[in-house]
Amino acid sequence: MTVPADAPPRRRRPGQRVPVALAVPAALGLLFLVLPLIGLLARTPWDSLPQRLTAPGVLTALRLSVQSATLATLLCLALGVPLAWLLARAQFPGRRIVRALVTVPLVLPPVVGGLALLLVFGRRGLLGQWLDTTFGVTLPFTTTGVVLAEAFVAMPFLVIAVEGALRGADSRYEEAATTLGAGRWTTFTQVTLPLIAPGVAAGAVLCWARALGEFGATITFAGNYPGRTQTMPLAVYLALETDLEAAIVLSLILLTVSVAILAGLRDRWIGHP
Amino acid sequence: MTAPPLDAHLVVDRGGFRLDVPLRVAAGEVVALLGPNGAGKTTALRALAGLQPLTAGHVTVDGVDLDRPAGDRWVPPERRRFGVVFQDYLLFPHLSALDNVAFGPRRQGLDRRAARERAAGWLERVGLGGYARRRPRELSGGQAQRVALARALAVRPRVLLLDEPLAALDARTRLETRAELHRHLADHDGAALLVTHDPLDALALADRLVIVEEGRVVQEGDAAAVTARPRTDYVARLVGLNLYRGRADGGRVRLSGGFTLASTDRVDGDAFVVFPPAAVALHPRRPEGSPRNTWPATVAGVQRHGDNLRVQLTGALDAAADVTPAAVAQLRLVPGQQVWAAVKASETRAYPA
Repeated sequence: MTVPADAPPRRRRPGQRVPVALAVPAALGLLFLVLPLIGLLARTPWDSLPQRLTAPGVLTALRLSVQSATLATLLCLALGVPLAWLLARAQFPGRRIVRALVTVPLVLPPVVGGLALLLVFGRRGLLGQWLDTTFGVTLPFTTTGVVLAEAFVAMPFLVIAVEGALRGADSRYEEAATTLGAGRWTTFTQVTLPLIAPGVAAGAVLCWARALGEFGATITFAGNYPGRTQTMPLAVYLALETDLEAAIVLSLILLTVSVAILAGLRDRWIGHP
Repeated sequence: MTAPPLDAHLVVDRGGFRLDVPLRVAAGEVVALLGPNGAGKTTALRALAGLQPLTAGHVTVDGVDLDRPAGDRWVPPERRRFGVVFQDYLLFPHLSALDNVAFGPRRQGLDRRAARERAAGWLERVGLGGYARRRPRELSGGQAQRVALARALAVRPRVLLLDEPLAALDARTRLETRAELHRHLADHDGAALLVTHDPLDALALADRLVIVEEGRVVQEGDAAAVTARPRTDYVARLVGLNLYRGRADGGRVRLSGGFTLASTDRVDGDAFVVFPPAAVALHPRRPEGSPRNTWPATVAGVQRHGDNLRVQLTGALDAAADVTPAAVAQLRLVPGQQVWAAVKASETRAYPA
C-alpha cells in the first residue's frame, strides 16, 4: 500500500459497502422491473393524450375499476380478517388444510378461478341457481360479479398478511384485556384490531392492488361489457387488438392511479413497521 | 366467620410439570408467592386469573367457586373481577394512559365519561394526574408500572394479582416504586397476591410469604418466621443463612454427612441448624478455646459481598463465610487454600424439622 505514513487512516463505516455479488443482480432486478415502465412512457402519444383521456369509456372504465377494487377490498376485509383470526388464534381440526385452501387462489390461474366461480355462481351453478330462483339475483356478467371475481383472487393476500400480523402480535395483551372484563369480541375490536392495524392496512393495500389489476377471473366470470364489467385491464386488452396507442394511454392511467394511491397509503400506514 | 376473599387449591398439570399449591388470602392481606424461576409462580397466578384452567382443586372468591374441575364450575377471566398487574405491564400501546385505566370500568358498563372520570381519579391517586394523555411508550418504566397498577385497581377487584411488579425497573426507580406500591397495597381492602423471585420485594410488600419450589409450597409464614427458620436451601440462600439438616439430641445435631454441630438451642429428633456467614471465623490453624464447632475446610471461591468478602467453603461442612478484606489478605484466601473454620455454638440456631 502506498498510503503516506502521516495520512489519517481511512475509516470505512460498517454496512456501507454492498458486495458486488449482490449489487449486480440487484441492479439488474431493478432494471428488469423498471424498463417496461420506461418503455410504456417512451411510446406514450403525449400529443394526443388530452383527447384520449377524455375519450368516452376511459373514465367509465377507470371509475368502475377503482370502485370494484375498493368494494372487493371491503368484502375481503369483512370476510378475510375473521378468517385470518381463525387461522391464527383458534384451535380446530384440519386447520392446516384450511390454510392451504385459503392460498389456492394464489396459485390457481385466474381464468380457472373465473371458470370455477361461473360453475358455482352461474345461472346453472350450485349456488347461482338457488340465488336466481329464490332471490332473482344473478351474479355473472354484472358489476357485482366483477367485485366477486376480484375478491376471490385478492383475498389470500389479505388473509396471509393479517394472519402474519396476528401471529406476530403479543397475545398477552388480549389476556390483559380479558382480565379487565372484556369478552372475546370486545377484546378483538378494542385490542387485537388496533394492535394489528398496520398489518391489516398493508394487507388491504396489497389486496386492493391485486383487485385493481385483476383480468382473468373477471373476464371469465363477469365478461367484458363497457360500463358494467369492463375494468381498466379489460379495456387495455380490448384496445390492444385495435388501437395500440389507446392501450398505452389506458395502461399509463392505470399505472399512475395505482402508483399514486399505493404511494399515498404506504407513507401513511406502512412506513412504520 | 365469612369466607376469606381468596381460597384456592391450585393444581395444574402441564407436560411433566405439576403445580400443587394451596392458597388462602384474607381481606386486606398481602401474600407473596416467592420462588425461583420455573417454580410455577406465574402458572399459579394465571390459574387464579382464569388464563390457565385448573386440572384439579379450586379457586373460590368470597365463597363463590370460579374454577372447580370436580364440580364442573368455570368462570371465564373476564367475569372474575381480578385486578392483574402483568410483568411487563402490558399497557395497550394504542390507548392513552387514561384510556388504559378506563378500559376496565368501560367493560363494567360505565359510559365513556364516567369511566374516564374514574380513571382520572386513579391516575391522580398513583400520582400521574398530569400524564393522562400520554401513550404508554411515552412513559418511563416507573410511570408505566403505576398506570398498570391504576388500571388493575380501577376495576375495584376483590383480588389483586401482581406478577413481578418491580422486576422490569432499574434499582433506583424500584426503591421508590416499591414504597409507593406498599402504600397502595395497604389501602386495598381486598386480597392481594404478589408473585416475585425477589425476596426484598416479598419482605417489603407482603404480610405473609408462601415459598414455592418445583410447584409445591415448601414453607410459609410471616417474614420473621421465614427469615429466622428457613426450611430449604433456596430459602436459606434468600435470607443469607447456612442451613443444615440432621438429627438432634439435645444441644447436638448430627448431620447426614456425619459431622456434628453444637448449638445452644435444645431440640430432639429431626432438626435444622442455621448460622449466618458472618458467624464463621477462619483460621490458618486449628483454633484453640471457646468456639465449639471447628472443621477443616477448603476455599472454593471468594466473592464481593457488600463491604466484606464471601468465602465459599467445602469440606466436612459446606458453608459460606463473610470475612473482611483484611482477613482475606492475611489468610491469603485463594481457591484451593486449606483453612480452619469455626462457629460458636451460641451463634447457631437449631429448630425442629
